[in-house]
Amino acid sequence: MIEKPINNRAWLLVLPVLAFVLFSALLPMMTVVNYSLQDSMGANNFFWNGDAWFRDVLNPSTDIGARFFDALGRNLSFSFAALLIEVPLGIAIALCLPRGGWAVGPCLVLIALPMLIPWNVVGTIWQIFARADIGLFGAAVNGLGIPYNDTQNPVSAWITIVIIDVWHWTPLVILLSYAGLRAIPDAFYQAARIDAASRWAVFVNIELPKLQKVLVIAVLLRFMQTFMIYTEPFVVTGGGPGSATTFLSIDLVKIALGQVDLGNAAAMSLIYNLITITLCWIFYTIMTQLDRRRDA
Amino acid sequence: MARITLDGIAHSYDQDLSYALKPINHEWTQGRSYALLGPSGCGKTTLLNIISGLVFPSQGRLLFDGKDVTNLPTEQRNIAQVFQFPVVYDTMTVAENLAFPLKNRGLGRAAIRTRVSEIADLLGLTSDLHRRARRLTADAKQKISLGRGLVRSDVAAVLFDEPLTVIDPSLKWELRSKLKAVHRALDVLMIYVTHDQVEALTFADEVVVMKDGRILQIATPTQLFEQPEHTFVGYFIGSPGMNLVDAEIDGAEARVGEQTVRLSARYNKPPAGSSVRLGFRPDYTTLVAGGDMKVRVQRIEDLGRRRLAKVSLGAQDIFAVVPHGQSVPGDAAGIAIKPERLFVYVNDERVAGEPL
Repeated sequence: MIEKPINNRAWLLVLPVLAFVLFSALLPMMTVVNYSLQDSMGANNFFWNGDAWFRDVLNPSTDIGARFFDALGRNLSFSFAALLIEVPLGIAIALCLPRGGWAVGPCLVLIALPMLIPWNVVGTIWQIFARADIGLFGAAVNGLGIPYNDTQNPVSAWITIVIIDVWHWTPLVILLSYAGLRAIPDAFYQAARIDAASRWAVFVNIELPKLQKVLVIAVLLRFMQTFMIYTEPFVVTGGGPGSATTFLSIDLVKIALGQVDLGNAAAMSLIYNLITITLCWIFYTIMTQLDRRRDA
Repeated sequence: MARITLDGIAHSYDQDLSYALKPINHEWTQGRSYALLGPSGCGKTTLLNIISGLVFPSQGRLLFDGKDVTNLPTEQRNIAQVFQFPVVYDTMTVAENLAFPLKNRGLGRAAIRTRVSEIADLLGLTSDLHRRARRLTADAKQKISLGRGLVRSDVAAVLFDEPLTVIDPSLKWELRSKLKAVHRALDVLMIYVTHDQVEALTFADEVVVMKDGRILQIATPTQLFEQPEHTFVGYFIGSPGMNLVDAEIDGAEARVGEQTVRLSARYNKPPAGSSVRLGFRPDYTTLVAGGDMKVRVQRIEDLGRRRLAKVSLGAQDIFAVVPHGQSVPGDAAGIAIKPERLFVYVNDERVAGEPL
């Protein structure tokens, strides 16, 4: 037997990371926690308010609670819609991409292009692009006889925001799926041909199971990002018309910076944060455990 | 039931600039097992993929029972193939895996169930039938891959592409005996690609030795050992490989350096400028006092079952067997070889002489 040296001082090597996390995440977070538990009458005087802000935010019969739950509903609908379109679409496009040869490079670069554009630029592009009077997209759709106006019609506004996200972030799903598909050894396809498997059977029995791991990553990333959506509705619709596209992040900024209602905003952002983490954990657990349970 | 004919099959991956597989004419017969043996890149996998239809040959015709299948897609040929890495469908149970090829071909449920349980029985997979395939060990997975080929009752040939590569050494022997048992039980044509001579020689009725896209010899394991038709065959098969020494041939005598040795046949004078070598197995070369040719002993290796001597014959190194119980001769060392164990190779090909 080889005796392994045990030396707990190795833990000291973790200290720089801990310090970094402390300053980058925990300390800023603590200021939010600070606001969420106190109230202020201005002049930088704070007094203890207990869990009152949290109770208000979580109570749908209060004004702030109603706003919170409305926005949360919008967030969930938006994430659901975006994932529902982006994941199948991303996989479908990845399946269509060439497997090798000169065309791979240009295809991947073209596909990755939207991801390189910053959020607010994407917003600005689409704000003009979608305009019903002079925007190429908006005017064309109206020209086809379909009434479309993203600043006046809630349905148009929603469709616009979803299309923006699909346009901006489906490439991520495509690239991840493509990488996953490339990692499948040729022998699997050859065996499937010998077994006379149909194209659909190959997809269901070989490709999809092998993609599972990258799809967990894709779904988690896309969920987190869509759930935190801010810039696109802020630039394109401004949260409107009415409050049709007022998502949690937009409402949060309105409450915190517009109304300087720091207590409510702090409580809301902590709850928001907790929901994001919890939902991610649930996604991850379901997608990984489902598989393990089927093995048993 | 199945006879596979290669009629001038050749393949090039680069528009005929170079051949991965040089033209081959051969016939594989029903119920026999063949091994394609050769170093990596010799074209054995290409040949296998041509037979299964994963690669279409650039020349020649492929016939199954006299019917031209050269341009038929894989799924329409009655071929099963087992790959180097086990291929199983992860989401399915072992039973579903085995049923998959039958389901795709539209067989009835009852028929599928009988066939699957038959094959599972044959391969020893019955107790695992309802487990998910992906948690099984590599050798069990490889059995599933094989099983998916065998469930089809119409399968004419099973092709193996180095199927034991990822199998644990202790299980290799077991899986190989399973393959042989399956072969006996089902009487199908089996073609087995490998670069391991032990695998090839123990598995196959006939071994096809390939190098650089060319078939060098097709023969039984014994023939390959006793009478290699090509210096590469002699060298590649056997451990250590055949001794090959430069020589000059003069009728029924060969001159190696200063020494002369008698041959069992009379040979024509080889064309000028060709390479002429004398080949003889170490196993049939005995280190003795005196002997047919004088040698200098470099070292003796005790391999347990036998002792092997590395000796110099003139300027060339060869191996010889040291018989048990015999002391190693000192300055008077020589080697004894029966003349019929000496072969003459001109430009690497064995030439036959006139019997004396």
